[in-house]
Amino acid sequence: MTPLLSVEGLTIDLPGRQPGLVEDVTFQVREGHCTALIGESGCGKTLTSMAILGLLPAAVRVSAGAVWFDGVDLLACTPRQLRRIRGGPVGMVFQEPMSSLNPTMTVGDQIAEARRLHLGERRKTALARARELLERVGIPNAARRIGSYPHEMSGGMQQRVMIAAAIACEPKLIIADEPTTALDVTIQAEILALLRDLQRDLDLAVLLVTHDLGVVADFCDDVVVMYAGHIAERTTVDGLFYQPGHPYSSALLAAVPQVGQARSRLTVIPGRVPSAGGFPAGCRFEPRCAHAEPPCREPQPDAPLGDGLTRCGRVASGELTLQGALRG
Amino acid sequence: MSTRMIIRRLGGGLLVLWLVSILTFLLVHLIPGDPAEVIAGENATVADVTRIRAELGLDRPVLTQYVTWLSGVLRGDLGNSLFTDKSVVTSIAEVAPPTLVITVLAIVVAVLVGVSAGTVAGLTQGSRVDRLVSTLATLGIAMPSFWLAMVLVSVFALTNTWLPATGYASLAEGFGTWLSHLVLPATALGLATAAELARHTRGCVADVLTRPYVRTARARGASGAWLVRRHILRNAAIPVVTVLGLQAGRLLGGAIVIEAVFGISGLGTLAVNAVLQRNYPVIQGYVLLCAVVVVLLNLIVDLAYGWINPKVRTA
Repeated sequence: MTPLLSVEGLTIDLPGRQPGLVEDVTFQVREGHCTALIGESGCGKTLTSMAILGLLPAAVRVSAGAVWFDGVDLLACTPRQLRRIRGGPVGMVFQEPMSSLNPTMTVGDQIAEARRLHLGERRKTALARARELLERVGIPNAARRIGSYPHEMSGGMQQRVMIAAAIACEPKLIIADEPTTALDVTIQAEILALLRDLQRDLDLAVLLVTHDLGVVADFCDDVVVMYAGHIAERTTVDGLFYQPGHPYSSALLAAVPQVGQARSRLTVIPGRVPSAGGFPAGCRFEPRCAHAEPPCREPQPDAPLGDGLTRCGRVASGELTLQGALRG
Repeated sequence: MSTRMIIRRLGGGLLVLWLVSILTFLLVHLIPGDPAEVIAGENATVADVTRIRAELGLDRPVLTQYVTWLSGVLRGDLGNSLFTDKSVVTSIAEVAPPTLVITVLAIVVAVLVGVSAGTVAGLTQGSRVDRLVSTLATLGIAMPSFWLAMVLVSVFALTNTWLPATGYASLAEGFGTWLSHLVLPATALGLATAAELARHTRGCVADVLTRPYVRTARARGASGAWLVRRHILRNAAIPVVTVLGLQAGRLLGGAIVIEAVFGISGLGTLAVNAVLQRNYPVIQGYVLLCAVVVVLLNLIVDLAYGWINPKVRTA
């Protein structure tokens, strides 16, 4: 089966100043499935997700690669073709719903907007549909809420509005960039439950950008672990938790605080993510890696591992077996 | 904006007007020495001074004077000019129209020119158009309006005789004639404000462009005019409207200079003459009128602000 979204060799530069903010990133999102894009802040996961619909900041350029969606290379699209895809077959949900919703527009109008733009619906028709969508995402009193402004709602409500707007034109794919990061923990769970619900009901594919491994375990099928601008490991959720294929993945798993182990020391990954331009020549994780050996200072090629890939030569050669968070 | 909000703003405006009325009233009492003597001038007879004192009611207690004066003001009676028999209200009503029309038109010019130039510049940051707008805006702010007026007259009225160089025509003389006499003064007066607005609009549009909600709108498929109108301009307008409110009062004052350049006898001429002649009732009338206009303009700006910004509406 061909995947719904296929990112191939995506490379993003800051022209003239910084090549390789994101380098040679390849992964797929299968129809009706969820792929997680995880990694620490600054690893390039948000840039990658923005590049898919051409929403990168003006200073940043895609210098190589392709993004196939439903048989079309989005990177080769004209602005006009791209506009038809944005908000149509691909919806986006952003971090921080408060600043990502227009403060001077009612939530009804913001949800209705995509339908007016893509389906040419009149305002009244689109607003009627927006009301149904508000109900669908679990906002009570939708008929009245439709005339509210974002600042009159709580963060959780606002994120529900964002989701309603993203699914307004019955998309096949939702790109969600840290949709729960800015919310309270209890609200996070509700929003995730809503997303999972919608995914099943509408047979949505989801690309979920997150740094929360709990979310990954709950919600995703495939996992792409990014580190310092490229992919460290690509695997399935089970693969990640039972048998991680990269020392960075296992270090991330170890850094999650465990409930029931009171007063245990929190495990941290020593050092910090190198910034673009200061990447080591060999394995980019080598300076922080607990399993590093001298050969790790040589450039590490991708190597297949199970259904996915790893960029750790020692794991690929079978020399190193990593401890998962769970045992099979 | 809620009705309560409007009532509150109106109340605030009335309070300002009341305070202005006290200050205006006290104007006569701020004159050093005996106001009646000063007003009457050096060659006045004792009878003249007594007459003026009685006319101004200066022989009564201050509070009584204020109450009498204020009740007159509220009935539309500001007293008579000291040198002609005309009432102050009539003298002002005769000359106010050109000034008020020029001020309002100047605001229109400022908004049209300033907001559109600023929007284009903000949307195309770093482009040639942007640099041109920024340069012109700096020039516009730096140039005194009377100089700009003279340049405009020499280009559009003398070198090319498209528009009249001076004077004012009343609306009764035909709409075209009326408007043709207003174009140059309103432009000369409004361009500095246009420049100020262009700079603010440019900055606000550029700032709004970086906001996450603009990216959200793009991710929804919005672009071009749709994006600019619904997502960018409305948000950028909030600070711009505030600046416009501050400028409105300045424009009314600036009209005095413009009247002089274009030889229009308006409020400015009246006020300057009244000051030179120490015609206090007329000065009082002028100050009150300006206060009313500025309060009204600010009320309009507040209403517009509430219409644009939903957060204010519910506050």
